[in-house]
Amino acid sequence: MELGNQLLQYMLSGLSTGAIYALIGIGFSIIYNATGIINFAQGEFVMLGGMLTLFLMETLKLPLWAAIPLAVLLATLVGLVFERLAIRPLRKASPISLVIITIGGSILIRGLSMLIWDKDTHALPPFSGDDPIMIAGATVLPQHFWILGITVVLIGLNKWFFSHTISGKAMRACSYNPRAAGLVGIDVRRMVLLSFVISAAMGSLAGIIVAPLTMTSYDVGVMLGLKGFCAAIIGGMSSGIPTVIGGLILGVLESLGAGLISSGYKDAIAFVILLLILFIRPQGLFGKPESERV
Amino acid sequence: MKKELIKYAVFAICILLAPLAFSGNYLMNVLVFVGIHTLLAVALNLLLGYAGQISLGHAAFFGLGAYGSGILSTTYEWNPWLAMLVVALVVGGLAFAIGFPILKLKGHYLAMATLGMGIIVYIVFNEWVAITGGPSGFSGIPNLELGPVVFDSDLKNYYLVWTFVLGCVLLSVNLANSRIGRAFRAIHDAEVAARVMGVNARLLKVQVFALSAMICAIAGSLYAHVMTFVAPPSFGFNISVELLTMVVIGGLGSIYGSFLGALLLTMLPEFLRFMHDYDIVFYGGLLMVMTIFMPGGLVRGIPDLFRKITGLKNKKGGAHA
Amino acid sequence: MLELKGITQIFGGVTALNDVSFSIHADQVTGVIGPNGAGKTTLFNIVTGIYQQTSGQVIFEGSDISGIPVERLAAKGMVRTFQNIELFGQMTVLENVMVGLHSKSKSGLFACSFKAPWAIKEERRIREEAHEWLRFVGIEQLADVQASNLPFGKGRMLEIARAMACKPRLILMDEPAAGLNSQETVGLAELIRKIRDLGVTVVLVEHDMELVMDICDRIVVLNLGQKLAEGTPREIQDNHEVIAAYLGDDD
Repeated sequence: MELGNQLLQYMLSGLSTGAIYALIGIGFSIIYNATGIINFAQGEFVMLGGMLTLFLMETLKLPLWAAIPLAVLLATLVGLVFERLAIRPLRKASPISLVIITIGGSILIRGLSMLIWDKDTHALPPFSGDDPIMIAGATVLPQHFWILGITVVLIGLNKWFFSHTISGKAMRACSYNPRAAGLVGIDVRRMVLLSFVISAAMGSLAGIIVAPLTMTSYDVGVMLGLKGFCAAIIGGMSSGIPTVIGGLILGVLESLGAGLISSGYKDAIAFVILLLILFIRPQGLFGKPESERV
Repeated sequence: MKKELIKYAVFAICILLAPLAFSGNYLMNVLVFVGIHTLLAVALNLLLGYAGQISLGHAAFFGLGAYGSGILSTTYEWNPWLAMLVVALVVGGLAFAIGFPILKLKGHYLAMATLGMGIIVYIVFNEWVAITGGPSGFSGIPNLELGPVVFDSDLKNYYLVWTFVLGCVLLSVNLANSRIGRAFRAIHDAEVAARVMGVNARLLKVQVFALSAMICAIAGSLYAHVMTFVAPPSFGFNISVELLTMVVIGGLGSIYGSFLGALLLTMLPEFLRFMHDYDIVFYGGLLMVMTIFMPGGLVRGIPDLFRKITGLKNKKGGAHA
Repeated sequence: MLELKGITQIFGGVTALNDVSFSIHADQVTGVIGPNGAGKTTLFNIVTGIYQQTSGQVIFEGSDISGIPVERLAAKGMVRTFQNIELFGQMTVLENVMVGLHSKSKSGLFACSFKAPWAIKEERRIREEAHEWLRFVGIEQLADVQASNLPFGKGRMLEIARAMACKPRLILMDEPAAGLNSQETVGLAELIRKIRDLGVTVVLVEHDMELVMDICDRIVVLNLGQKLAEGTPREIQDNHEVIAAYLGDDD
């Protein structure tokens, strides 16, 4: 393959993984904006999407099209339970406690998954076959189109929800000023719960659409979660387009780095980017710097 | 301060006499690792408890100490003690340098940054096969020697490691009761007021981060010489989480709590060998339960629980803590 | 001693302070007063390094201190107290003042861990001096009480003791009389005079007019982000604009 084709190949596959990172990153941002918490367990919702779908298909013999919505539902349920049991009791706790509890939660979910299922990696069947399609010398799989398509739909839904529905606007109000939001009658606790529900749903769906390409296992959540977080940071913790751009940039850079430099260090690329952004521009590429010095 | 020194003396005596109860038992080997974990937990506790900073990448400093010492003393045939000192200083210096940008971040951003750092270091351990031996690890590391004594048995390693632990605990106790310890407590209570009084919060946090990293590096060096073999899995994210769990269980800010946490989490897997696969569930569950029900850790939680129970039994006196 | 030149502070669309200039003279007690919303606390925060002004200069003892980080101001001789007293609640009264001596001591991380002889000596000195400052404000008997258990009036005294431990040349107090009863306010006035007699310059932001008129040598009046008047208490009391601004000054 010539360099041009190779580059295109890397970019296309980078865009598709980037879309996944974007979805996961939006999940982080939604919870962060509603609660001020970084949910370390976000990656586990992603994992649960893929693993639950697999479980429903193989053990309960459901067809793919039934397994997917059910898996998303179950993962969302886990998110709900997590919020109720772990987050709600700690509303007044220190930031350290909140961080620790989401870490604990993520480990617990991961551990239980390992026990209930197993440690192996599994493949989910691609949604519409795996015959490669040639585009300008680069190979694209049908699954890539599914990923990009579903991502666009989800982002559209997301935007519509936050700009045009009462609940969405209420959530935005909570993120700007929870106290004021409470005073005008918004049930802040309900918004917190809703944020977990939405993030879990989006995360699990992201996990499902990427699973046919990258396999799934009980511990895919860690890396995916971190990279999604990286996307969110680049986007300044926005739950909209900036995070999408963040995810795409990350996916493409990672793909180019893995292809052109070295594939062993591929995962390190995302984290180096994460550290660079946190050090140099913690508000993300699109955020505004803080004005107070103290 | 007197009270603190008495506590320390009792602790030190128990530690020094413990082998009498266990000698010859394979538990001696476990106790050596309790020592190493205590060093790590105390180091993390300094950061978490006193400076209020989270690190999810402390295993990286541990690993850098271990690989650093291992490689220098084996491949380059340095004097192991010199290697330990140099590696500790270098790791301390590195931590100091990256501390400034990292500690500017708050709460969860900080946690993520340290997590990212930890993973990058782990990947380097795995990928830089020429120097580190890659996934299959690095072996042939010599035991430490002091004059005629070669530290090659569990008993000798016990005293080697625990001497360092006792030294570190003493330093922590001194620090807590000093001008610097006060400065940290002030930062905790009212950071702005502390800064108005001239406390350079930023510099202090970075300094404690560096100190914490150095202690971990020393623990790593000791680990390398005791095991004579190191491999990447011992320094991954899971280890960082275990350390965090130890500190949380024991109680943030409590030095002896960290020891307790290290003791429990190192000994339990030995007694629950059959439950090996359940350990991550256990840690996760434990972290969550402790954070919700006993945020002060065992060190504060058990006395409180005790008081609650005896308080309830004594209806006349009323339930008072 | 302290000069404010053209201080302007704009937050978003709101101009909190507009071209405020005045000087604070050494060895005097200067009061900064004004109706609520006049910009007093904003001005205070700018002078003490907590906010960065949009434009203008703060000149302390001849040099421009704008942009200097908060923690360096204590060493330069400037310290402040807070309106909602910011005590180190989990520490004892004595320990709070000992932290006040932080800028006048130097033992670092390693010296303290290893208990270097000079660190031990310094610790002893810190302890003694802290006791002296507690005596100065009159709460030495409360040395071992936990700060969060102090009644408000004593807490205020502690804050002042802690600030004085920095041996400042300029102390800025943000509404020191807030929350004090009349007896405590009299005690406060005496304390401020004692501080001035030590050669320390005092600047107060205050609402308590009796206190201000009683102990201030000079008064600056702010209204709506601008300097309205400046002068002796007598001059300010007779100034019609000031009276109008307060809409019925109840002094």
